[in-house]
Amino acid sequence: MAVDGATLGRRLRERDTAAAPAALNLIEDRSPAGREQAAALLGEVSPGALGGEAPAHLIGVTGPPGAGKSSLLSALVDLWRGRDRTVAVLAVDPSSKRSGGSLLGDRARIDHDPADDGILIRSTAAGTRLGGLAPPTREATQALAAAFDLVVVETVGVGQSETDVEDVSDTVAVVVQPGSGDTLQFLKAGIMEVPDVLVVTKADQGGTALRARRDLAGALGALGCPETPVLAVSSLPPPTGVEELVEALEAHRSRLDVRAVRLRARRMAALADFTAEHGERALRALGGRRAAEAYLADQDPTLDASALGGRLEQRARSSA
Amino acid sequence: MSEHRLPEPDRPWVMRTYAGHSSARESNELYRRNLEKGQTGLSVAFDLPTQTGYDPDHELARGEVGKVGVSIAHKGDMQTLLGGIPLDQMNTSMTINATAAWLLGLYMAVAEENGVDPGRLQGTTQNDIIKEFLSRGTYAFPPAPSMRLIRDMIAFTVDAVPKWNPINVCSYHLQEAGATPVQEIAYSLSTAQAVLDEVRSRVPEDTFPRVFGRISFFVNAGIRFVEEHAKLRALGELWEQLGRERYGVEDPRYLRLRYGVQVNSLGLTESQPENNVIRIVLEALAVTLGRNARARAIQLPAWNEALGLPRPWDQQWSLRIQQILAYETDLLEYPDIFEGSKVMKGLVEELVEGARAEMAVVAEHGGAVEAVDYMKTQLVESHRARIAAIESGEQKVIGQNAFTSTEPSPLREGEDAGIMTVDPGVERAQIEAVETWRSERDAAAVAAALEELTTAARDDSVNVMPATLAAARAGATTGEWAAALREVFGEYRAPTGVSGAAAAPDGAALAELREKVERVSTALGRRIKILVGKPGLDGHSNGAEQIAVRARDAGMDVVYEGIRLSPARIAQAAVQEGVHVVGLSILSGSHRELIPTVLHQLDEAGANVPVVVGGIIPPADEIALLEAGVARVYTPKDFEISRIMGDVVDLVADRYGVAAEAA
Ligand code: B12
Ligand SMILES: Nc1nc2c(ncn2[C@@H]2O[C@H](COP(=O)(O)OP(=O)(O)OP(=O)(O)O)[C@@H](O)[C@H]2O)c(=O)[nH]1
Ligand SMILES: [Mg+2]
Repeated sequence: MAVDGATLGRRLRERDTAAAPAALNLIEDRSPAGREQAAALLGEVSPGALGGEAPAHLIGVTGPPGAGKSSLLSALVDLWRGRDRTVAVLAVDPSSKRSGGSLLGDRARIDHDPADDGILIRSTAAGTRLGGLAPPTREATQALAAAFDLVVVETVGVGQSETDVEDVSDTVAVVVQPGSGDTLQFLKAGIMEVPDVLVVTKADQGGTALRARRDLAGALGALGCPETPVLAVSSLPPPTGVEELVEALEAHRSRLDVRAVRLRARRMAALADFTAEHGERALRALGGRRAAEAYLADQDPTLDASALGGRLEQRARSSA
Repeated sequence: MSEHRLPEPDRPWVMRTYAGHSSARESNELYRRNLEKGQTGLSVAFDLPTQTGYDPDHELARGEVGKVGVSIAHKGDMQTLLGGIPLDQMNTSMTINATAAWLLGLYMAVAEENGVDPGRLQGTTQNDIIKEFLSRGTYAFPPAPSMRLIRDMIAFTVDAVPKWNPINVCSYHLQEAGATPVQEIAYSLSTAQAVLDEVRSRVPEDTFPRVFGRISFFVNAGIRFVEEHAKLRALGELWEQLGRERYGVEDPRYLRLRYGVQVNSLGLTESQPENNVIRIVLEALAVTLGRNARARAIQLPAWNEALGLPRPWDQQWSLRIQQILAYETDLLEYPDIFEGSKVMKGLVEELVEGARAEMAVVAEHGGAVEAVDYMKTQLVESHRARIAAIESGEQKVIGQNAFTSTEPSPLREGEDAGIMTVDPGVERAQIEAVETWRSERDAAAVAAALEELTTAARDDSVNVMPATLAAARAGATTGEWAAALREVFGEYRAPTGVSGAAAAPDGAALAELREKVERVSTALGRRIKILVGKPGLDGHSNGAEQIAVRARDAGMDVVYEGIRLSPARIAQAAVQEGVHVVGLSILSGSHRELIPTVLHQLDEAGANVPVVVGGIIPPADEIALLEAGVARVYTPKDFEISRIMGDVVDLVADRYGVAAEAA
C-alpha cells in the first residue's frame, strides 16, 4: 500500500479533487514513513511549487458548541456549489479525554449531493490539542487549497480561543446563536479578538436573533470596529441571510493582502509547532522568540510551514 | 351493592393486530381474516416509502416497497385496502406520521366514495412528529412545518371528522429507544403541550376543550409491570392537571386520559424466543389490571419479534392472549384493584415528581420542539445505560444473559424458519401498478390539485387539509403530495444524539479493548476510523447509535451520519473520510437489496474497506451476505457490544496487515 506523496501532491496541484482523500490519509499518518511521504506531498503544493499563494479562499468558522456552524456550512455549500465553486470542508470535533476516541458529527449536518465531486467533507478529531483544530488541520488546509476554490475549517466549538484558526484562514467567521451573552462579554472585555465577520444564527427563531445582532454591532462599534459586519442568518430551509454572508466573506478577502497574511501565518505556525515539539528551552537556544521570528523572516517566502519548521530545527541543532 | 364488584363487567378494550404487508389486496385479506378471528379494530402498518412520502418507483423506495407494511400510493390502493370493511362501524388506527394528513385524506375520499359520512368515521392517525425525530425516524419535513401539519389536521378534524383522533401522542417509541418511565411521561406530555399550544390560536376558544379531549396517547408497557402500571396512573394524573391548569379545561369527559398500547418489544429476545410470550402476557397486565388506568385499545407483538416479521399464526397467538385476558379471566368484573394501595400511591408520586422535574428541563429549552436535540441525547444516554446493565449481567434477561442453556426451539423449525418473508416481486408489481394509475387518471385535474396544495402550503394561515382532500379525490399519489410539500417546506435530518452520550464506565474489558485499539492505531499510522452507516429508509437507530458510542469509548474515531442514507452517500463518506472499516446496520428487512448495493458502490468509489453488518438478518440471508463479500454479520443475540468491537478491531488489524505488529 505504498502511497506516493509527491504524486498525490502533483495531482492536487492539477486540481484533481479526487486525490484529496488519499492525500488527507497521508497527512494524518503519524508513522515515520507517513510523515516522510506527507512532506513530499506538501512540497508539491508549497507556494514555491505553485508559483505563488494557492488561489483558494481559506475560511475559518468557529463559535460555541451547537451555535449552528455545521448547519450554516450546509447552506453555504449549497450556495457555493450552485455558483460552481468547489468546496472542501475540514470539520474538527473534540476527542474523548477518557478513551481518545471521538464522534465526528458535523458531516451529518452538511447536506450535499453524494455524486458531486466538487464537494469534499473530511472530519478529524482534535486529539489532545487545544485551540479548536486537529494536529493535521494546517497541513490539510495547505494541501486542499491547491485543488479547491474554497477551503473551510469548522473548529471544535470553542468560543473564545480562535487564535489557532486564524493561522489557517484568510477570513475568520465567528458564529454565535441568539442569546449568547458570553460572546458579547468576551468581546467587550477584550478576551475575544474581533473576528472578520460575525454571524448570528437561528434568525428564524424571531426577535432574539435581531436583538443579539444589534447588541453585538453596538459592542463592535464601541471597540472601534464599526465596519466589522454582523449578519443574522437562518440555516434551516429556506435559508436566509446566506447570500449576504457570502458577500461579506468575499469583501473581506478582497481587501486582504493574502500573500502577507499567509506568509505571516506560515511563520507563526512553524514557530508554534517547533515550540510544541521541542519546548521553550529549544526556543531559548535559538535566542528567544524574537530572534527566531527574525530568522524566519529571512527565509525563502515560498517555503511552506513544515519546511520552515525544518529550518528552525536545523538552526537549533547547529547552535547547540 | 358491593363495593368490590362492578354491577356489570366492563366492556373489553378494542383488540387490534398491527398488520399489513405487500399490496393493498393481500393486506385486506389479512384484515378480514383477523376480524373473523375476533379482532375488534384495525391497525394499519404502512411500508416505509408510504410513511416517508415516496412512491414505489422512487429511487429511495428501492428494496422497501411492501416490506414492513402495506404500500398505499393513491385512493385506489386505499379503496382496495378497506374493501368489504364497513367504515361507519370500524375503528381504524393508522400508524402514519409525516404523511398523516395525506392518508387521512385518502381514507376520507374512500369513505365518501362508499357513501359514509365523515361524521361517522372513527379511528386514529398517529401523527406525532416529535417522537419521529426522537425515535421512529419517518419524518419528512423540518420541525416548524411538521408542527403546522399537525395543527392543521387537528383544527380540521375537530369539526369535520369529530370522532377521529387526529393525533396519538406517543410514549411507546420513546421506551423502545431506551427511555425510562420518567422520560416517557415527561417527553410525551411535553409533546402534547407543544401541539396544544400550537393549535390553541387556531381554533375558537369554546372549541378548545373538545380539542383537548380528542388528544389520545399511545403508550408502552415494559416488563417491570407494577411500575409500568403506576406510570399510566401518573400520566393520567399529570394529563388532567395540564388540562385544568394550563388550558382551563373543566369538563371531566375531556380531561380523562385516553390511551392505546403496544407492549414492549425492545426486551423481546432472539435467544429462546418462546420466552417472549410470557413477557408479553405480563406486560399486557400492566395496562389492564387497574380499571382507573386501563387501555382503550391494545395490540401485542409476537413471540418471534426479534427474528423477523410475524406470520398470521404468530399474530393470532398474540390476539388470543388478549382474548383470554378479557373473556376468560375475571379482570373486567372489578372496580380499580389498586385503589388505596400504598405501594401504588408511592410509585405514582415518585413518577409524577420525576416527570414534573424533567418537563421543567424541556420547558427551559423552549419546549418540546426546541428540545429535540436535548431529549434525543438523553434517550441515547438512557439506552446506553440499559445496554451496559444487560451486558454486565446486572439486568437479567432470561435466556439471553441468564439461564442460557437450552433445548433447540421447535418454533423455529420449518421451511420458513418461523417468520414471514415478503415476496421480492411485490416491488415490481407495485411499480407497474402506480405507473398504470398515473396513466389512467385525469392528469390536468391532478396537476391543478397539486398546484392548489402548493399554494395552500405557502400560506401559513391556510389549512392544508381541504387541498389535501381535493388532491386525494383527484387521484394524486403519495409521492406527489409529499414532493409538493417538500418543495415548499424543505427537508430535515434529525439529530443523532450520540455526541452527548456519557463515556462508558471504565472496566477491565474496556481497558483491554482500548489498549488493543491503541496498538492497532499506532501500527496503522492513524487512529482506527469507522463509519457507521444506515442505508435505506430504515429508522431503527438504536443499534447503530450504541455501536457508534461504544466504538468511541473503545478509542476509535467514529463517523455516524444518522438514519436514511443512500448507498451512494455511504460510499462517498467512506472514501472522503478515509475510514478503515464500514459498519452497516439494517433492521427493516431491506438488507438483501441494499447491502450488495453499498458493496458495489464502495467498489466503484475505489474504497477497499472491510464491511460488517448488523441488524435483523435471518440465518439464510447471513450466508448470502457473507458470500457477497461482507466480512461479519451480527444479530440481536450478539448483545455484548464490547465483544463485537474487539472482533472489529481484529478484522481491521488483519485486513491492513498489522495484526502481527500490533499483537
Ligand atoms: C426498538 C424497535 C423499534 C423502535 C426503534 C427505535 C430506534 N430509534 O431504534 C421503533 C418503535 C421506533 C420501531 C419502529 C418500527 N419497527 Co421496529 N423494532 C424494534 C425492535 C423491538 C428492537 C430493535 C432494537 O433497537 N434492538 C436493540 C439494538 C441495540 O439491537 P440491534 O439493533 O439488533 O443491534 C444489535 C445487533 O443487531 C448488532 N448490530 C446492529 N447494527 C449494527 C451495526 C454494526 C456496525 C455492528 C457491528 C453491529 C450491529 O449489534 C447490536 C448489539 O447487540 C425490533 C425487534 C427486536 N426485538 O429486535 C423491531 C423490528 C426491527 N421492527 C420492525 C418493524 C417492521 C418496524 C416498523 C417498520 C413498523 C412499521 N411498519 O412502521 C417501524 C418503523 C421504523 C422505521 N422508521 O424504520 C421489524 C422489522 C421486520 C423485518 N426486518 O423483517 C422488527 C424485527 C419487529 C418485527 N418482528 O416485526 N421499532
Ligand atoms: N431554528 C434553527 N435551528 C438551527 C439553525 N442552525 C442550526 N440549528 C440547530 O442548532 C443545532 C446545532 O446545529 P449545528 O449546526 O450542529 O451546530 P454546530 O455549531 O455545528 O455544533 P457543534 O459542531 O456540535 O459545535 C441543531 O439542532 C440545528 O438544527 C437555524 O438557523 N435555525
Ligand atoms: Mg458542527
